[in-house]
Amino acid sequence: MSLLEVTGLKKHFPIKSGILRRTTGQVYAVDGISFSVEKGETLGLVGESGCGKSTTGRAVLRLIAPTAGTITFEGVDVMAASKAQMQTLRRHMQIIFQDPYASLNPRMRVRNIVGESLKIHNIGTEAERKKRVFELLETVGLSVEHAERYPHEFSGGQRQRIGIARALALNPKLIICDEPVSALDVSIRAQVINLLEDLQDELDLTYLVIAHDLSVVKHISNRVAVMYLGKIVEISDSAVLYDQPQHPYTEALLSAVPIPDPTTERARRRIILEGDVPSPANPPRGCVFHPRCPRAQEVCPTTMPVLASTGGDAGQRHEVACYFPARFSSGVRSVPNQPFDGALTAAEKS
Amino acid sequence: MSEHHLLEVKDLSTHFFTHAGVVKAVNGVSFTLDRKQTLGIVGESGSGKTVAALSLMRLIPDPPGKVVEGSLMLGDRDLRALTDDEMRKVRGNDIAMIFQDPMTSLNPVVKVGKQIAEAIILHQDKSKGEAWRMAAELLDRVGIPDAERRVNQYPFEFSGGMRQRAMIAMAISCNPDILIADEPTTALDVTIQAQIIDVIEEMQQRYESGVILITHDLGVVAEIADKVMVMYGGRTVEYGGIDEIFYNPHHPYTWGLLGSLPRLDEVEKTRLTPIKGQPPDLIALPSGCPFVGRCSYERPECRDRWPRLEIVGPEHGVNCWIPEAERRETRASLPHFQAYVR
Repeated sequence: MSLLEVTGLKKHFPIKSGILRRTTGQVYAVDGISFSVEKGETLGLVGESGCGKSTTGRAVLRLIAPTAGTITFEGVDVMAASKAQMQTLRRHMQIIFQDPYASLNPRMRVRNIVGESLKIHNIGTEAERKKRVFELLETVGLSVEHAERYPHEFSGGQRQRIGIARALALNPKLIICDEPVSALDVSIRAQVINLLEDLQDELDLTYLVIAHDLSVVKHISNRVAVMYLGKIVEISDSAVLYDQPQHPYTEALLSAVPIPDPTTERARRRIILEGDVPSPANPPRGCVFHPRCPRAQEVCPTTMPVLASTGGDAGQRHEVACYFPARFSSGVRSVPNQPFDGALTAAEKS
Repeated sequence: MSEHHLLEVKDLSTHFFTHAGVVKAVNGVSFTLDRKQTLGIVGESGSGKTVAALSLMRLIPDPPGKVVEGSLMLGDRDLRALTDDEMRKVRGNDIAMIFQDPMTSLNPVVKVGKQIAEAIILHQDKSKGEAWRMAAELLDRVGIPDAERRVNQYPFEFSGGMRQRAMIAMAISCNPDILIADEPTTALDVTIQAQIIDVIEEMQQRYESGVILITHDLGVVAEIADKVMVMYGGRTVEYGGIDEIFYNPHHPYTWGLLGSLPRLDEVEKTRLTPIKGQPPDLIALPSGCPFVGRCSYERPECRDRWPRLEIVGPEHGVNCWIPEAERRETRASLPHFQAYVR
C-alpha cells in the first residue's frame, strides 16, 4: 500500500463577477491528476507557475477542499475524514512553505513557533515540550539559545530551518515541501537541501517536493511528475525522466534549464517554446499543450491523451500523456495512446 | 579603434552612511567591458552587484549612499565628472538598464507604447507619431506578437515574459552601447527565461553592445557570459574568462558556489558541498577578506588584511591569501571537481 494515493484530483476555483457575484467561469487549477507516493521516497512535482502544483499540495492536506477525486493516506480516506480524524491525520502530514519571511509569525518566539503544534495536540507536559523544542532546534542545525529569539533576528536560511523544525515537531510521516529552497541564496540552498536529505534518512520521512527548479527536483527526488496546466503530462523515476523525456513539454523544460558548465552549454540545443502558458481559466481543448507543441497534429486538439506507460525500459513506472512521445517521434506511433472515450468522460462528470 | 575600453571601472567604492553605521556595499571593484562582450557579475544577495551597477548609472540615492572612490570611464568620458544633465543623456542613450522585476518597473497606468515612446522622445529628435511607430517596431523586434495592437495596451495586459520583453524594447530604443541586465530572468519561469536570454543575445549581436549581466545563477552565466566577476561582501574575490572561472577557479568562495549547485546533468548523485555559515553582516565586515568565518581554509592573516590581486592566468585574477600551489591541491580534493572538472 502506498503511503499517499491521489486519484482523479480536481480543484476548480469559481470566477465570480458582477454585483451578484455570480459564477461566470472556472479556473481549472488542478484538473484530474492521479499519483501515489511510496513510504520513504521523494516525489517531485515540477511545473511552471500556474500549473497547479501548489494547489495539489494544499489539497492533499485538505487545506483547500478539492472539487473531485480521492486522497487516501495510509488507507484512510482524507476527504471523508471527520474533524477528529483529520486532526490525527494532520499529525502525520506536515508542510514546509516557500517564503521563510511570511510563514513565521513575527510576534512569536521561536520556542513557541516550533512548540505550537505540540501544544495544540496536547503532547507532553510543559517541560517535556520545552525539551522537545530544544531537540528539534538541534536536529535542524540551530542551537538552544535561538529558542528565545524572534524570527526577524534570523537570516533566510535559518528561518527555513525553523520552519523545518516546526514541521518535524509531531514526528510526521509525510512532509509536503512547497518550494523549500527557492527563496534562498545558492550557498544556503545547498545547506537546506542536505538537511532535508539527512532528515529523510534519520527519521524515515516521505517527501512530496513541489518546486519549479528542475535541477533541485532532480537532485532530491526518486520520482518526478511534470505538471502543465493542471494535468500531469509525464511521471517517471527521476533518472529516466531526465535521460529519456518523452513528452515534448518535458523535453522543452529540461532543455531550457541552464547547466553551470560552459562547454556543455555551448554544445546544447535548446528547444524554445513559443508564447506563454495559456490561462487555466480557459485551457485549450484537447491536449492542453497542443498550441505550443512542436509535434502537434490533427488528433491533438480533439481529446486529452491519457497518462499511459511509455513501454520503455522503466516499464509501468514511466508514464506519459502524449500521442507522439519522443521515442516514436521519428514516425507516427503504431499504437497511439488511447484518447478518453466518450463513456469515460461522461462517467467522470457524474 | 581607440585604446579605450567601452567601459572601464577602477577601484569603485560605494558606501551607505546609515544610522546603524557605514555599509560598505561596494569596496574597490574594478572591471572593463568591450563591445559585443558579456560580463557576468555573480554574487548572492548583499554582495554588492546591484549597487555596483547603479553606481555606474549614478542612480545611488544620496543620502545615504555615495560613490566614495574610483573612476568610471565610458570610453574617454569620466562619468563621475559629468553634470546631472549630461548624465541624464548618458542614461538610456549610452547605458540602459533592465531590472529584475518587470511587474514593478513599468508604470501600471501608462500604456506600454507610451512608456517606450517617452524614452525615444527624450533622447532623440522624433515626433510623437514617429516615436509610437518606433515603439511598435521595437516590440515586434523583441518578439511580441501583434505589436501594433500591443502598444496600446497597459502592462497588466502583458504576461511576465512579455513585460520583460517590453522592458528590453525600452532599453534598446536608443541603441545603447551598454546594456545592464540586473537579474533579468529571476522572476520568470524557465521556458520564458530561455526566450528572454535569446532576445538579449540577439539584441547584443544586432547593436554590438556590451552587456553586463548581474545574476546569482551560474547556469545563466555559463550560457551567455564571456567573462565573469565573482563578488562577495562588496569585494571582487575573483574574475576571469568564463572557462577559467568554471574549470580553473582559484577562490574558495567560487569553489563553494560551484559545489552548492544541484546539476541537471548529474549522472551519479553527488552530495552537495554547501558553504558553511550565514551571509555576512555588511555593517560589521572584517577589514580583511569578507569571506572569513565561512571559508574552510582560513589563515590568521585573512581577517585583518585584504590580499593583493594575484594574476593566475591571462585575464584571470584572484584575491586570496592561500598560496597558489596549496589552492590547486585543495581544489583537486573537492567532490565537485572530481565529478565535473577534468
